[in-house]
Amino acid sequence: MVQDIFLGNYTSCVAARSTNRAILAGSQDGGIVTQLFAFALEEGIIDGAIVAGPGDEPYRPRPMVATTVAELYAARGTKYNICPNVSFIKEATRSYGLDRVGIVGTPCQMQAIRKGQLYPVGLRDVPDKIALAIGIFCMENFPYQSIVQLVEDHANTKMENVVKMDIGKGKFWVYTERGAVIQLPLKITHKYEQPGCHVCLDYVANLGDVSTGSVGTPDGWSTVFVRSKKGNDVWSKAMAAGCFETKPIEEVKPGLELVTKLATEKITKNRKTLEERASFGVAKGLRNPYI
Amino acid sequence: MGLFERILVIFQKKDVTVKTPQTPAPIPVAEPAAPPTEAIPAERAPVVEEQRPAVPPDEKEPTTAQPDIKEVKPVSDKITAGHVHMSGCTGCEVALADNYAGLLTLLDKYVDWVYDLTLIDVRHIPEMDVALVEGSVCINDRISVEEIRETRKKAKIVVALGSCATYGNITRFCRGGQQNQPQHEAYLPIGDLIKVDVYLPGCGPSPQLIRNVCVAAYLLLKGNADQQALATAYLKPLMMLPERGTSACFCDLMYEVIDQGLCIGCGACAAACPVRAITHEYGKPQGQRDLCIKCGACYNQCPRSWYSFDVVNQYESIMETIDAAMEP
Repeated sequence: MVQDIFLGNYTSCVAARSTNRAILAGSQDGGIVTQLFAFALEEGIIDGAIVAGPGDEPYRPRPMVATTVAELYAARGTKYNICPNVSFIKEATRSYGLDRVGIVGTPCQMQAIRKGQLYPVGLRDVPDKIALAIGIFCMENFPYQSIVQLVEDHANTKMENVVKMDIGKGKFWVYTERGAVIQLPLKITHKYEQPGCHVCLDYVANLGDVSTGSVGTPDGWSTVFVRSKKGNDVWSKAMAAGCFETKPIEEVKPGLELVTKLATEKITKNRKTLEERASFGVAKGLRNPYI
Repeated sequence: MGLFERILVIFQKKDVTVKTPQTPAPIPVAEPAAPPTEAIPAERAPVVEEQRPAVPPDEKEPTTAQPDIKEVKPVSDKITAGHVHMSGCTGCEVALADNYAGLLTLLDKYVDWVYDLTLIDVRHIPEMDVALVEGSVCINDRISVEEIRETRKKAKIVVALGSCATYGNITRFCRGGQQNQPQHEAYLPIGDLIKVDVYLPGCGPSPQLIRNVCVAAYLLLKGNADQQALATAYLKPLMMLPERGTSACFCDLMYEVIDQGLCIGCGACAAACPVRAITHEYGKPQGQRDLCIKCGACYNQCPRSWYSFDVVNQYESIMETIDAAMEP
């Protein structure tokens, strides 16, 4: 077990990608989340997974309880805006009748789930039914309207034209169906971020059973942290079943060094924000949620 | 912390040596240590034997085994607790019972249930370590007011169980007129009349929250130093809630989370709402305030209302500890 103040606790860290071409065809990077849920679903480790499914407008996600692999496929790819997956956590165990729930989410959503397991104020019978929580790396999130602003105003294309968005190499990328690639410097995107993200002290989803993200590995691959006993159990079974192709994280570029650098940057910046909030007004501060 | 000291008083009364200082010890961050898990089954072994008065006591304890003290031992190992029923729907007690076999484990090993109008033939509130109070207090009803005062006198720790006792909840909307006591129209959360030590909000509070708190309370009383520190850290947020006040509703989420620029649109509030009054429009919670029953579940479930890294970072070992403690 590695314990790192910025990267959290983890039993192993690898570069990985799915061995399933169909998954990779529509995935953001290495198809880790889709592949792991698909495997867990087929093996009966989970009965269904709460994922960011398609919504009413292009790139506007809506939480969805996927109980088939086809439904998982429909939710592939990163949408870069808020999807309240945790809002379905009780619904999944009630209306959908799932006894073993999978859920994917940002670091703050992993925090919500773990707080919910320890202090289930309004989550009757939920705590013991979280079978696999996959966390995704997250520097910050955007409201949907911010994404519209970035795509339609700054990138100057319609939301309907977009086939993929990405944040990487210091830029926000928009790919259109006609093959245009628009890149925006992150300097532009910063002001559109969700304000609540600026007090977040977790970059790599320290509380996921498994957490994953593109940072640290080459294009088409993902960095994977295996953290909990449940995570380790599912991950080893999936590896044994040949679901993933992996490389030691030490052998890929840019590797954990970049992950650590970005995690340190985020957490240091947000700690400063929390300090600034304490003296925000005149002899009056803003609330600090952490006790 | 006052409560912690009082718990230690009970603890010492139970004849167990306390190694920890009286102030809650800091918990090492992100230390999913195995020791708490292992310590429980080891400690539990003698207790299991002692549950059965029919079996002659054997000499596991240093005390000389006399057949006539067999009634005393099991009681002294547990804490005493009871359920005080004010104006509520009994849903909170049902939530307690919904631990099913877990409830039997709790009663077997950790708690002597001494007062409960629904289950036990005891008419007057006895002395007890912990009183779980369900429901708000009808201030137009003399007996209710007397009973809540009596509860404060007789119980060392008063726990407000459920949202009526903590925040008023649905009883906030009462206007009287119900037969056969139509004049009963004014209801207050118990914290408006007595000092409350711990809040367990929720309509109803989930069986697992009740279970977790019971196990934490037991570890606080009977565990080793590490377990005590962990249990203290776990209970701390729930002990701080009474200081915050006796009302909560969707508006608290607006005032203290969204308006403070802290909301991250995770969805926990909507999942917690028992009346489905919260939806997410473009990623942010929208409450239909006419539907809100003022239970405070959304606010308390929110990861940005109160959040302890010390506790939540250890979620895995805490859950394992609880599972181990709940093994029959």
